[in-house]
Formats: sequence, structure tokens, C-alpha cells
Amino acid sequence: MMDRYTKLQMFGIYAAIMVFLIFILLPFFEMFMASLRPLEHLFRSPYQFWSDDFSFQAYSDMWVTVPLLGRYIMNSIFIASMVTGLTMIFVIPAAYAYARLDFPFKNLTLGVFLGVNMFTGAVLLIPLYRVLRTMGLLNTYWAMIVPGVAFLIPTGIWLLRSYLEKIPRELEEAAYVDGASRMYTLRRVVLPLATPGLIVVGVAVFIGAYAQQFLFAITFNQKRELQPLPAGLFEFIGYQDVTWNQMMAAALVGVLPVMVIFLFLQKYLVAGLTAGAVKE
Amino acid sequence: MVNVVEAASFKTEAPRKRVLSEAVFGWLLIGPAMLFIAVIVAWPLAETVRLSFMEAGLGGEEYVGLANYEDLLESRKFHDTIVRTFYWMFLSVALKLILGLIGATLLNAAVPGRGLFRVLVMPPWVIPIAIGCIGWLWLYNGYFGILSGTMMSLGITDGPFEFLAYKQSAFYSAVVTDVWVGTPMVTLFFLAAMQGVPRDLYEAAYVDGASRWYRFRRITIPQIMPVIVSMSLLSAIFTFNSFEIIWILTEGGPRGATTTLIVDTYKTAISNFKFGEGSARAVVIVVLLGAFSLIYLFFLNKVNKYYGSGKK
Repeated sequence: MMDRYTKLQMFGIYAAIMVFLIFILLPFFEMFMASLRPLEHLFRSPYQFWSDDFSFQAYSDMWVTVPLLGRYIMNSIFIASMVTGLTMIFVIPAAYAYARLDFPFKNLTLGVFLGVNMFTGAVLLIPLYRVLRTMGLLNTYWAMIVPGVAFLIPTGIWLLRSYLEKIPRELEEAAYVDGASRMYTLRRVVLPLATPGLIVVGVAVFIGAYAQQFLFAITFNQKRELQPLPAGLFEFIGYQDVTWNQMMAAALVGVLPVMVIFLFLQKYLVAGLTAGAVKE
Repeated sequence: MVNVVEAASFKTEAPRKRVLSEAVFGWLLIGPAMLFIAVIVAWPLAETVRLSFMEAGLGGEEYVGLANYEDLLESRKFHDTIVRTFYWMFLSVALKLILGLIGATLLNAAVPGRGLFRVLVMPPWVIPIAIGCIGWLWLYNGYFGILSGTMMSLGITDGPFEFLAYKQSAFYSAVVTDVWVGTPMVTLFFLAAMQGVPRDLYEAAYVDGASRWYRFRRITIPQIMPVIVSMSLLSAIFTFNSFEIIWILTEGGPRGATTTLIVDTYKTAISNFKFGEGSARAVVIVVLLGAFSLIYLFFLNKVNKYYGSGKK
């Protein structure tokens, strides 16, 4: 009863949702349309909303214009995977500690971790540049992986902690009673139970890692063949005539990996990420 | 190390007794992450503070005391940048919150297809900002972009309008893009919070004849207030630090119109290799954000106490 809408209200709601979605999806639509237009058509003025020479030509030409494009996409996936793996190695024990254990300076250290979220890489770029140079990591994959991990650890801890808190304590206590060590309990009792949570946090970290590469790549890496996609895309601009249609096509292909993962897991992801917003 | 300690104590102690003390085990677990953050975030942060008292470039360093800060204080341009940054932040965050609230309310309405709409809202949040910005770069193009094209065919403008070429329009265009990037997250958190509001509250109000608008104002808003407040802090920090959007769209131009503190810092330090002056700017950012966050957290605490009292 309460949720029933009149026809007019329904219409209003749908209309408003459409406007909202147009705002959200317009850039994607525009990128897609631009990728379909042949280059000479792209620069036609006045603007044409529709034409009959749309083609998918750019999607095959782009690999020729920027020969390293495939490499860039693989680099992006590789960097994001490494960042995810390393981040999880740091995050899992720490999140468990914050979810279950009581130790000195617990709240203070958690505050420090979350405080990291306040700084983006941009504030720390100067000394970070020097740190990476001292370690000899500039212009290697590590230059993009190491800072990436640091900035994802806090979020990872926060997300996984709230997941672990929901796992009943009794199982761990039963393990202790049976004489299991703490490490054993963590490995053999907690982690298997937390697998769904680990996947959600892992995917969230991966998406974050895929998204944050631009800044570190343009600052810490000069080697073209190591560049991830968000930075590599701008190579399309470097050529004498900018092949915008191919750039758009490449951009869309480049977001495909994360979009696919996201679409499959979106339900769990959203639930996992917003868990803190819902009172139990 | 850990295993040896465990194995040794395991044999001698009764099974119920915990093998490692909680304090030690806790620190063993957070230790690696702490160390990593210390090397990659805390130490560079300390370095930034140190460098801010230096005249530093590619050549070397020289101690100059507070000179970098004095330069900043005297600089009219820097003053403008700070004002612009806060204007940028407040405007963008306000829009994100308003749009997020409207969006969440719409997506929370019991209409067919809302599951699909919820998915369609998320892409800007998921994809790399740099890639989304390429789309916006094209949208804002005066000759080939759909925005200018639509305006021309509607007769709003006579000729092509380059959104990013004029000081005012470039600034507001960057704001729109930033709002676009940030709105999905805000929307989803608000939506999750709205779904957590107990249904019986609405039913009771409905039985009493309360209108939808009244229920929204008197039930939804107060119930999700803690989330609104924490999301505004989070968005404020993101927006303040927002770098890629401005860098890709305008690189801080035209004539500095979109130069926020973070862009200014990057330009000074990385583009012009003035590490000392750049660091001083970075320290200003940290201090401003820190102060802002503390005030906000204090406020959040109060809100939580006030609105949280009625709940379990």
C-alpha cells in the first residue's frame, strides 16, 4: 500500500531516473559514438548526431597506430594484480588483528592507517620519487606497484575488518579449546570462513589498483613498454594527427576487464563496500 | 620465528592457555602493514616537512628556514589558489551530496527495473578516472562534442563553444566532471543506508497519514544522517585531493583558473623541479586537510550521539 505510486508518479520517477542516468552514462555514450565515426567524419562541423558511415574500423586500426596498446592493457592488469596480491598479504593479518584482538594502541594505529586515506599520492610525490630512486625502483613495474599498495592497505583493512567482525567467534574459541595455535586458527579456521569476504575485498582492491595507475605511471615511470593503459592512452595524442576515434575505442576496450569483473560481482561488491553504512 | 615460539610453548602449557599473548600477536599481525606504510607514507611525509625548509631542486639542497612559507604567505596567487580550492571543494561536495541524495531516493523507489538502474549508476566509480576524463575531454570539445553540438542546434550558442577554453566555463566544467566521478559512490552509500532504515518506522508514519515528503524529511534524513555526514567528509577529502580530473582536462588552466592546491603542488614540484617550494605547498595541504578533518570528526561524533540515541 505504502509503496504504491500513481501512474503520474511512476512516470515522474522514471523520467528523473532517466535524467540521472543520462548524466552518468553520457561520457560512455559519447566515447562509443566517437569510436564508431571515421576520423575524417569526426572533425566535421557543425556537429552531426547521426550519420551513415559508422564502423568498427577504429577497433582494429588502434592496434596498428599504437603497437604497444596490447602491452599497455596487459601492464595494467599485471600491475593491478600484483598490487592486489601484495595488498592482501598485508591486509589479511592486520584486518584480523583489528577485528578480533586487543592490543596496545589498537585504536591509535587504526586511526593512523585510516589517516593515510587523507593523503593522495600527489602530496607525497616528491619524497616518494626520491625513495623509489634510492631503492632503484624508478622506471620499473615496482615504481607503480609499491605506492599503489601503500594507498590501498587502509581501505583494505577497513573493509575486511568489518567483514571479519561478522564471523562468529565461537568457532575460533572451539579451535583454541582443542589446542590450536593462533596462527593455525587464523589459517585453518578464520580464512576459509572469510573466503567470500576476501574475494569482495580483493576485487575492490583490484578495481582500485586498476583505477589509480595514472598518477604513479606519469610520475615514476618513463619506460614506454612498462606504461599502464591510462597513461599509454595519451600516446594517441602524441602523433601528428590525433586519432581520437581509435583513442576512444582503446579506452573502451581498456575498461572492459574491470567492467566485466564488476558486472559479475557487483551485488557482493556493493554490499561489501557499503557494509559500514548500514546499521545492523 | 613465530612458529618456533608457538611450538615451544605449545608443549609446556595447558591447551586453553593462549599461546601468544594477544598484545604480541596483534602487533605481529599489523606489523608488516605498519612498516610498509611507515616507509612509503610516513617517512616521505616527514621528508616533505623537512624539504619544505629547503631550497631544493635537481642540483641539491640548502636550508632556507621559513622562506618557502613566507613566499607563500605573501603570494597573492597562492591566496587565490587556496580560496579556489575551498570553493571547488564546497561546490563539488554539495552537488555530489544533493545528486547522491536524489539518486538514492530514486533508486530506492519500488519501481520495476531498479536493480538494473542501480548497476547502470556505477561505472564512473569503477573505471579509471583518467579514462572517464577522456570521454569528458571529448564532450567538452567545441567542434566535435555533443554538448556544444546540442547547444548549437538548439540555438543557445551561435558557433562552437569550447568549454575548457574560458576561465569560468573551464572551472565549472571541471566541477561537473568531478561530480560525475564522485556521485556514484555517494549515491550507493546513501542507498545502502536508506535500505537499512527499519520499515516499521515508515509504516507507523504512513498509518498516521504522513505524506511521502514528510516521511522523507522526518524519517529518512535523520536516520541516514550519520552516513550523510561521514560521506561528506570522505567526499571533501577526495575532492580536495582531486588531481587527475583537472590535470587531464585543463592542466590547471586556462591561466590558472582550475589550479587547485594539489595541482599547484604538482606543477611546482614535479613539472618545475622546485622540490622545496612544492613541499611547502604539500605541507599546507596536509595541515588544512588535517584541521578540516578534525573539526569534521568532532562534528560527526556529535551527530552520531544525537541521531544514534534512538537506535540500538
